Amino acid sequence: MDSLELFDEGCAVSLNLSQISVEGESEVILKDITFDFKPGKIYVLIGRTTSGKTSLMRTIAGLLEPTDGEIHLGDVRLDEVPIWERGIAMVYQQFINYPQRTVLNNVEFPLLRAGVSKADAKAQALAMIEKVGLTEFINRKPSQLSGGQQQRVAIARALVRNTGVVLMDEPLMNLDYKLREQLREEFRVLFKGSENRVTIYATTEPSEALFLGDELLVMHEGRIIQHGKPDSVFENPSTIDVAQIVNDPPMSILDAEIRDGKVSIGNLMSFAAPAHVKSQKDGRYKIGIRASEVVLGGSGSNSEQGEVSLSEVSGSETLLYVKLNIGEVVLQLEGIHDYYIGQKVTVSLAPDRLFLFNLDGTLCAAPGN
Amino acid sequence: MNKIFKYLFIFIWSAFVLTPLSWALVTSFKPPAAVNNGATFIPWLQFQPTLDGWKDITGISGYANLFPPLINSATVTFFSTLISLTLGCMAAYGLSRFSYGWKNYKNPDIIFFFISQRIMPPAVLAVPFFILLKSLHLLDTKLGLVLVLTSGLMPIVVWLLVDFFNQLPKEIDEMAMLEGCNPFEAFIRTILPLARPGLTVAGMFAIIFGWNDLFFALVLTFTNVQTLPVAVVALNGTVTPFWTLSASAIFSILPLVGLAFVVERFLSKGGFAGAVR
Repeated sequence: MDSLELFDEGCAVSLNLSQISVEGESEVILKDITFDFKPGKIYVLIGRTTSGKTSLMRTIAGLLEPTDGEIHLGDVRLDEVPIWERGIAMVYQQFINYPQRTVLNNVEFPLLRAGVSKADAKAQALAMIEKVGLTEFINRKPSQLSGGQQQRVAIARALVRNTGVVLMDEPLMNLDYKLREQLREEFRVLFKGSENRVTIYATTEPSEALFLGDELLVMHEGRIIQHGKPDSVFENPSTIDVAQIVNDPPMSILDAEIRDGKVSIGNLMSFAAPAHVKSQKDGRYKIGIRASEVVLGGSGSNSEQGEVSLSEVSGSETLLYVKLNIGEVVLQLEGIHDYYIGQKVTVSLAPDRLFLFNLDGTLCAAPGN
Repeated sequence: MNKIFKYLFIFIWSAFVLTPLSWALVTSFKPPAAVNNGATFIPWLQFQPTLDGWKDITGISGYANLFPPLINSATVTFFSTLISLTLGCMAAYGLSRFSYGWKNYKNPDIIFFFISQRIMPPAVLAVPFFILLKSLHLLDTKLGLVLVLTSGLMPIVVWLLVDFFNQLPKEIDEMAMLEGCNPFEAFIRTILPLARPGLTVAGMFAIIFGWNDLFFALVLTFTNVQTLPVAVVALNGTVTPFWTLSASAIFSILPLVGLAFVVERFLSKGGFAGAVR
C-alpha cells in the first residue's frame, strides 16, 4: 500500500518506457518502445485498430506483461509492482462500471480502496460527479444510464483518484457522433489542471488527436513510427503510413513522375511542379493528397475525368471515392450530396498541396502551411 | 394461435407432472376403505380424510418417525452444498480468469476432468469410497457422507459457474485490480456479488442432487445416520399401507418444493437484473 499512497500524492513524475517489447504466442504485439511521458501533458496515441495502442496501455497498467524492457514511474520500477499497487487509472472503450453499485458508490470505490475516509471519499466523489454532470443520477445503477452517461461514470472513477497516470483507451469509440463531439469538448476541461498527471489517450480519430493532444504518437504494427506536436505530424508525416493514419479519410496515394520541372500523374495529368517540389530530382515518386484538397470540376492539366466508385455520407460531409485511370482518389465534400456509382465526374488536385513521397514511403516534400 | 398451443402444451405438461403428485397427496389422507374399494379422488365428497397415514410416519403411531432422517438429510445436504459452493466458485473463477496447465493440458481439459467425475456411474465408486471411509473411520457418519457428496456436487457447481463467470466481462475484475484490489479481493468484492444468480442456480442443483441421493447414503451409512431417501425406501411396501407410503413420499419432497418457491421468487424478482448489460 505504500507505493499506492506515493502515487496518490500526485507528485509530478514522468513515466518512462525503455525498450518495451511484448510478444504474443506467434506475433509481436509491441516492438522496442522507448518513450518518456512527461507529467502535465496529454499524449495521444493514434493508430489503426490492431496497431498496439491498447496493448501499450495494458502493459503500462500491468494487465499485460512485457517480454522485454523496463517501465519507470519516477524512481519506481513500475513493471515490478503488482497491478493493484501501481495506482494507475484506466478508462476502457467499453463502458466498464461495477454493475451492482450505484453511480456514487462506483466513484467512491477507488477512493475507499486507497484508504480515504468515508466522509472525504463521499465529498470528493460528489465533486467529481458534478464535474461530469451526473449529480442527479448518483443513486442510479449504471445499467439505468445511457451509454454516454455510463462512460462519464467510468471517467469520473478514473479521475477521482489523483493518480500519476491516466490511460484512456478510445473512450469515445462506442458513442454516437453527437455525443462524441460533446464529450471531447468536456475532456479538454476535465484534463486541465492536472499538472501532476501523465494522460495517455488512444484513438483512431485524427480529429480527436488534433483537438486534445499536446503530443501525438503515431503507432503502426506495434511501434511508435513518429511523434511530435500534432500539427507538425499532420503537416509533415514522415512516411505514407503516418500520412494515412493521421488523415481521415486517408490520404489518396498515386504514382507520379517528375521530369523537367513537370509533375505527371499517369498520362493524362501533367502540370508544372509547384514551389515545394521544384527542387526534387527527376524520377519516380508517390504523391499524396488529402481528401479536402481534391475538388470536383476543373479543366486544367491538373484534372481528370473518372467514375464514382463509392459515395458515403459521414456526418455533415459526403465522401466520394472516384476511380481514375491511375488509381483511386477520395474527395471530401461539404454537405450531403447524391451521386450514383459509375457517374462520370471530373476531379482536380491542388498542385501546391501535394505531399511527395519516395518509393520506399518516406516523406520527400510537404506543402507546408 | 401460437399462444393457444403454448398454453395447451403447458397444461398437458403440468397435468403430466402434477397428477401423480396430487394422487399421492390425496391418498396420504385416505382411510383404508377409500383406497381398497375402487378409485376415489375428492376428499369429503367421496371419502372422509384422516391423518392416520401422517401419524404413521411422524412417530405418533406405528411404523416410523421420519423427523430424525429429515434432520440428517438437511444437515448433510446443507454442509455438502456449502462446501461445494465455496470451493467450487473459487475453482470456477480461477478456471475462468487464469490459465493453468501442463504441456498440452489446459483449462478446458481441467474443466472436463471435473465434469468427467459425473460421467462415471456412481456404482463404480461405491467400493473405493467404502474402503476409503472405512480406513478413515468415517463410515456411518455425517462427515463421511458430506465428503462423498461434496465430491459429487463440486463438478456440477464448477461446470455451471465457469460458464457463468465467463459471461461477466473480464474488464470488471481488471478495473477492480487497477483500483487497488488484489485478485482475491477483486473476486470477493466485485465478481461474487454479480454471481449471485449463478450461485443460486448452482446451489439449487447441489441441494437437489444432495437431497435426493439414495445410493451413497444406502452404501455408506447404516443405523446411526439414516437419510430421508433411505428411511423412505426402508418403509417396506408389503407391510406399510399405501396411505402411509404416500405420506412419506410427500413428506420427503415437501422441503424442496418449499425451497423451489422461495428461489423462484428470488430469481423472478430480478436476481439477474443488471448483472450483465
